[in-house]
Amino acid sequence: MSLDKPYKDVPGTTIFDADMSRQGYHLNQFCMSLMKADNRARFKADERAYLDEWPMTEDQKLAVMARDLNRCIALGGNIYFLAKIGATDGKSFQQMAGSMTGMSEDEYRNMMVSGGRTIEGNRYTGEKK
Amino acid sequence: MARISASVYTSHVPAVGAALDLGKTAEPYWQPVFAGYDFSKQWLKEQKPDVIFLVYNDHANAFSLDLIPTFAIGTAAEFAVADEGWGPRPVPKVIGHPKLAGHIAQSVIQDDFDLTIVNKMDIDHGLTVPLSLMCGQPQAWPCPVIPFAVNVVQYPAPSGRRCYMLGKAIRKAILSYDEPLNVQIWGTGGMSHQLQGPRAGLINKEFDTNFLDRLIADPEGLSKMPHIDYVREAGSEGIELVMWLIARGAMNDVNGGGNKPKVLHRFYHVPASNTAVGHLILENN
Repeated sequence: MSLDKPYKDVPGTTIFDADMSRQGYHLNQFCMSLMKADNRARFKADERAYLDEWPMTEDQKLAVMARDLNRCIALGGNIYFLAKIGATDGKSFQQMAGSMTGMSEDEYRNMMVSGGRTIEGNRYTGEKK
Repeated sequence: MARISASVYTSHVPAVGAALDLGKTAEPYWQPVFAGYDFSKQWLKEQKPDVIFLVYNDHANAFSLDLIPTFAIGTAAEFAVADEGWGPRPVPKVIGHPKLAGHIAQSVIQDDFDLTIVNKMDIDHGLTVPLSLMCGQPQAWPCPVIPFAVNVVQYPAPSGRRCYMLGKAIRKAILSYDEPLNVQIWGTGGMSHQLQGPRAGLINKEFDTNFLDRLIADPEGLSKMPHIDYVREAGSEGIELVMWLIARGAMNDVNGGGNKPKVLHRFYHVPASNTAVGHLILENN
């Protein structure tokens, strides 16, 4: 018997379940460390050195340095933890969310002001728009 | 005996807190959001609740991946404001109500809901943004607050049904408390939003409107909505809405007494940052 995971066919969405949490444990705990101002300063001074203090995979470290949030999520990152990286960079949550959509910051902001991304065509992977 | 006079429901978008803290409330982008709470601020001042039981979720601030309690009740005398990475919000610390919180924990656990009891916990925007929306920028919050944190970070969050039944148990606990306290219960989070991946920015007004309608008129039926419907229709973070069912489950009408609650206020606006803002005040009738 396997667990039912009905959320696997929601497009453009990674559900942070037990499997993702296990993969992302050290990545997310690194993010958590950025809640302390001293750690934010040390990270900013030398990102690679700071990341090397954590038992993260090389892919996870590279994804963080590239600020590739989609990649971070694919490697087990959770958005609420990853938000600490954005906070350290002085980014808003909207800037972070928008960075994952392939849209420019203005395009994303305008989409939100116009009512957000529509649900039509966005319920199932492979669904016709 | 203590009583529950009303329930309040609201989104807890972090950007709303930032807008308030940075003095942007009069900007055209933000003005309609804050205007939706004008009535509520006045109402809360007049109601003078003795305690607010505030259901929210922590966003990887008090709880890292080291510890992920599904339901956590704050029983401390006070709670500090978390530094979420931008520095702590410039808002008052939260004063708790250890005696009532402890009473609720003891009662609810004996009713088969296995709460985690937390005597030391920082509180994040999930709790402070609703207070800011409802109280503005006071020097101190108007009354003690019992923080009640629900896990919605690591899937699965508790089901809507579980939350609804828990609300009933919390109500029973509050009603068996010996002091004549006026208690409000708030459910926060939502409405539709997704903060991650290529589908970020999802808003589903039809879902949200229907959710508000059913929360008022058919909470029993609404409580049976499965997780996947929240995720698919309201976005991966829209699942926060299960927390509204805790507050709704604590109202008179669904506990064998009283009429449907009075809808004192209803507000909906898109967007605040990435999120649809929804807000309701229901008064026991």
